[in-house]
Amino acid sequence: MHDQARFEYLLRLGDNCLILSQRLSEWCGHGPVLEEDIALTNVALDLLGHARFWLTCAAEVENAGRDEDQLAYLRDAGEFRNVLLVEQPNGDYAQTTARQFYFDTWHYFLLRELKNSSDSRVAEIAEKAVKEVTYHLERSSAWVIRLGDGTEESHGRMQRSIDDLWVYTGELFEPDAIDVEMRERDIGADLESLRAPWLEHVQKTLSEATLDAPSAGWMQRGGKRGVHTENLGYILAEMQFLQRAYPGAQW
Amino acid sequence: MVEGAQLSPEEIQFQERIDAGIKIEPKDYMPEGYRKTLIRQISQHAHSEIVGQLPEGNWITRAPTLKRKAIALAKVQDEAGHGLYLYSAVETLGVTREQTIEDLLAGKAKYSSIFNYPTLTWADMGAIGWLVDGSAIINQIPICRCSYGPYARAMVRICKEETFHMRQGFEIMMTLCRGTPAQKAMAQDALNRWWWPSLMMHGPSDAESTHSAQSIRWKIKLFSNDELRQKFVDQTVPQAEYLGLKIPDPDLKWNAERGHYDFGKIDWDEFYNVIKGNGPCNRERLRARIAAHEEGSWVRSAAAAHAEKRAKRKAA
Amino acid sequence: MNDWPLWEIFIRSQHGLAHKHVGSLHAPDAEMAVKNARDVYTRRNEGVSIWVVKSCDIAASSPGEKEPLFEPANSKVYRHPGFYEVPEEVKNM
Ligand SMILES: [Fe+2]
Ligand SMILES: [Fe+2]
Ligand SMILES: [Fe+2]
Repeated sequence: MHDQARFEYLLRLGDNCLILSQRLSEWCGHGPVLEEDIALTNVALDLLGHARFWLTCAAEVENAGRDEDQLAYLRDAGEFRNVLLVEQPNGDYAQTTARQFYFDTWHYFLLRELKNSSDSRVAEIAEKAVKEVTYHLERSSAWVIRLGDGTEESHGRMQRSIDDLWVYTGELFEPDAIDVEMRERDIGADLESLRAPWLEHVQKTLSEATLDAPSAGWMQRGGKRGVHTENLGYILAEMQFLQRAYPGAQW
Repeated sequence: MVEGAQLSPEEIQFQERIDAGIKIEPKDYMPEGYRKTLIRQISQHAHSEIVGQLPEGNWITRAPTLKRKAIALAKVQDEAGHGLYLYSAVETLGVTREQTIEDLLAGKAKYSSIFNYPTLTWADMGAIGWLVDGSAIINQIPICRCSYGPYARAMVRICKEETFHMRQGFEIMMTLCRGTPAQKAMAQDALNRWWWPSLMMHGPSDAESTHSAQSIRWKIKLFSNDELRQKFVDQTVPQAEYLGLKIPDPDLKWNAERGHYDFGKIDWDEFYNVIKGNGPCNRERLRARIAAHEEGSWVRSAAAAHAEKRAKRKAA
Repeated sequence: MNDWPLWEIFIRSQHGLAHKHVGSLHAPDAEMAVKNARDVYTRRNEGVSIWVVKSCDIAASSPGEKEPLFEPANSKVYRHPGFYEVPEEVKNM
């Protein structure tokens, strides 16, 4: 019997990166300016790289003969463990930026904790990933400021996106039984302890961006146990199409 | 060389520098025709790179494995980089990127006709890398030695990256050809659709080409379209044989006397129609570029406005 | 307003050589020019340090001055080691 909690935990880490990368890659070729097209694709590539590390690691822990591709391409929506935030649509550049900013801030503080994981594979992947994520965070924070404190139009768009996506941030800090077990075994992070530094960075950045921080309120949740928004089904329909249409083929 | 007689002393000196293999740099004297031809050629090339992102870009989200997805992302991203290097080279000739792109969006500028064909299956990702990037390499390697410094230097960077593009495409084809019968059929179908457009990519026959002779004298073109096309055919036929794929040309055969493959007639009518806007995807491609530009407009203004505000605050 | 200024990018490669001009790009400010340069010009690990300079801030020698600027150096052949004859039996010179 494999270590189910550890397997699930690694899926969460991998699925977050995979789904967000999939979303970002929709921008490739359509960015607002060439330099941004290239920069955003770099973020997508980094996250895809992280997803592959986590999913490969998950497959090893599961030890059932599956690999990264079988996990990515042959699970249905209910088996995906990403948070709801990352599956939200790209929308306009403000929406993409807000989603990235909320996620990067959380991802950064999470990986800093995971660097000290008692699971050496987890620590190793986190150590590598946090370098790239430090850059992601700098980038998305700078864009929140630029768009918030840019023109009237960009300010309005940025504020709307910050407000719209706020409901998906609660889930990031709510530990469930798996998070608690991983924390107790010193493999995972204490999610609740990430809330304060996350909030501090978010508030500081928003205020520099002349944006209002949303106030606490009702939060959406469910991604971690496989209850997603309608978006994920469409993402998977597109992403998994070839593997589903040609079962067992090599690519 | 009938024009020789009318050349001014400056122009004669300019031609001598080119003949001596000296690079022309942005601030050097250059005849207006040279500058104009370069602007047209480099901007067409730049447009081809960014329009070229689109047909492959639409398969990134459907790539069949995570490894292929990463490769596709990196490849299409490289093409954006190529566009950027080339727009920068155009800027050294005094035309801003904004102006150059406006010409594209207004339908006034051309780009490689091949990107107006659709990518219908995953095998098209293989065929494009193998054939289209393969053609591009053949066309572009000589340009690394062209007479205009900034263009030559951009090409050196680009060519270094193109080899990866071609190889990943060939590898996709190889994997499909070794796969299931359905996959092999997919590969053959892609070759059938991309072969002729790839031959057209090298441009009209030299007899038809209006700019060739002068461009060759100026060393902004080093080989004729027909020479480059022949090179592509000679290089690609054995690769197709290796894959076990059939090139869709009944007239294709080795000519021992010439030491080259003979090949069938190209449908230039189709070529000129695609150039004119009648290809299967001309409208979609241009609309996608226009949408990106227009939807990006408020983002670009916001960043500029913010930079200005910050500069003012710093000064105050 | 919509036009971001042009920046020239200089990158120092892994091997401790001097910063070298690699190309240019557009960015609204220096901070973003550095970030974009990282994404555009170091995708293949090409560098360890980036300089960005606004293109309009670069003062360049004009091609017309080429001779007065560079001829004098051309004539000082004695600055180059190849100028000196070293007998073959003398080693480590
Ligand atoms: Fe390219
Ligand atoms: Fe190209
Ligand atoms: Fe390419």
